[in-house]
Amino acid sequence: MNVQELQAVARQVRRDIIVMTNKAGAGHPGGSLSATEALVALYFDVMKGIDPKDDKNPGRDRFVLSKGHAAPGLYGVLCERGYFGREEFDRFRQLHGILQGHPDVKKCPGVDASTGSLGQGISIAVGMALGAKHTGNPCHVYTMIGDGESDEGMVWEASMAAAHYKLDNLTVILDHNGMQIDGTNDQVMSLGDVKAKFAAFGYDIIEVADGNDMQQVLDALHAPACPGKPRLILLQTLKGKGVSFMEGQVGWHGKAPNAEQTAQALKELEG
Amino acid sequence: MSKIDLVPTGEKEAVRVAYGKALVELGAENDKVVVLDADLAAATMTNGFKKEYPDRFYDCGIAEANMVDMAAGMSTMGLIPFCSTFAVFAGRSYDQIRNGVCYPKFNVKFGFSHAGITLGEDGGSHQAIEDLALMRVLPGMTVFAPSDANECRQCVKAAAEINGPVFIRTARLPSPVYEARPFTVGKGNVLKEGKDCVIFTCGIMLEHCVEAVGLLEAQGIDAALVSFHTIKPFDSELALEWTKKTGHVFTVEEHSVIGGLGDAVADAICGKGCFTFEKIGINDEFGQSGKPADLLKEYGLTGAQLAERVAAGLK
Repeated sequence: MNVQELQAVARQVRRDIIVMTNKAGAGHPGGSLSATEALVALYFDVMKGIDPKDDKNPGRDRFVLSKGHAAPGLYGVLCERGYFGREEFDRFRQLHGILQGHPDVKKCPGVDASTGSLGQGISIAVGMALGAKHTGNPCHVYTMIGDGESDEGMVWEASMAAAHYKLDNLTVILDHNGMQIDGTNDQVMSLGDVKAKFAAFGYDIIEVADGNDMQQVLDALHAPACPGKPRLILLQTLKGKGVSFMEGQVGWHGKAPNAEQTAQALKELEG
Repeated sequence: MSKIDLVPTGEKEAVRVAYGKALVELGAENDKVVVLDADLAAATMTNGFKKEYPDRFYDCGIAEANMVDMAAGMSTMGLIPFCSTFAVFAGRSYDQIRNGVCYPKFNVKFGFSHAGITLGEDGGSHQAIEDLALMRVLPGMTVFAPSDANECRQCVKAAAEINGPVFIRTARLPSPVYEARPFTVGKGNVLKEGKDCVIFTCGIMLEHCVEAVGLLEAQGIDAALVSFHTIKPFDSELALEWTKKTGHVFTVEEHSVIGGLGDAVADAICGKGCFTFEKIGINDEFGQSGKPADLLKEYGLTGAQLAERVAAGLK
């Protein structure tokens, strides 16, 4: 796919996020919309060995959504990629649905780890990357963390281990939209110089000035690995990206749009 | 009165030491086994594996939570990770054990040592009295509390065969080694038949229960003794059978009386008849520093004290 086609997929995924959260009357649109370009780039362009018909292929690249509440974004991408049909959106967050409130590896095809308890996904991804090296599996492991999530000490424990074990088969994507549930990062718990902090923990860092620009995201994800170092891609993103009344609004972290808001959002996201 | 069906080898070995040896044996049989430790290899006894298979040993630093989720990730690559640290850190890494391992039913094993008050001098901050309760409540978790070195070896081998999370509780204190008994996951062992009451136990309290049964016998009390190496899935059938046969039940564990073996037995027999039932263990309080023998006495868990409790309970 070329960039325009990937952008079109991203628009569709954004529509999926709106539809899904509206139908469920719950979910997390803000952080799903900020993460959309990276998720689309991974599943439609970057990750190798991805096959909806063989979603347990041992040699496939792995992705762990450490910020598991951005599940609507991941589900949109997995659906567009062909892992399941759109009818599953009707059962998002519903009894017996495969699309749980947070990703469930036992229920949802294409999901590589169950996440939702923040800080854990990155650590699981570190284990995957270490396990891949141990077993000689050439796959690459990607994980996406949030900036609010980085309040968790576990993010830093995992980072220390990633550097210690020289996991150059690991890419951590930081969706830095600057906001979390109770306010901005700076209001809730300042991250300070986040780039310097992750650099100090031993990452090779690529900063993406606009993490919602598909070309910039692709360039970062395709950059050659730095031997002996884990990679951190610092995506400067906009929470609620693509829906005018959600953009940059803390309140849209975990709130579903009503019918009227859904209609307006879908109009804005027309292709 | 029937005799206790246990043959002491005359040796003493800490269950944690047996855990370390069993890992080395397992390492030779199965190259998918990897061992993770959080800077305690010399205490959890994984250092034997570290020496024998350095390329299959991963130190995770003093970061138990990260160790557990790293093991979760490694298991998805077809490996069988054994994580080891002190049992008290089951609490520290509990969310990881719950959400990172049990919720997705990943194939990770936990060999957590220094459980119970017989940890001794390090004191209450390090004496896990709640680990069985924490582990029992997790769906899909198999929970072992081996009573001696031989049983621990059997638990480690069994853990590697089980596809899913397994917790193995081990002790620091050297304890008697008995000749190996039949071992089936989820099945208890009747070590002595008796008609007056039954004592259910697990872990290294076995030694003290054996002593208590002898003391009771001298008083004319014929106590049955049943040991459970598997706390979950629990052998409810056997517990109920011996409860019905004797009518008087005592549970003995080096763990809080809340949530451990005693409650597993209660779950098995509650509402199934009219029996007396007494849980003996740590009575909802934390431990403290001291020599293991002094601590056992302080908390009423020596053979003599157990015999007294049982005799009093039968009056």
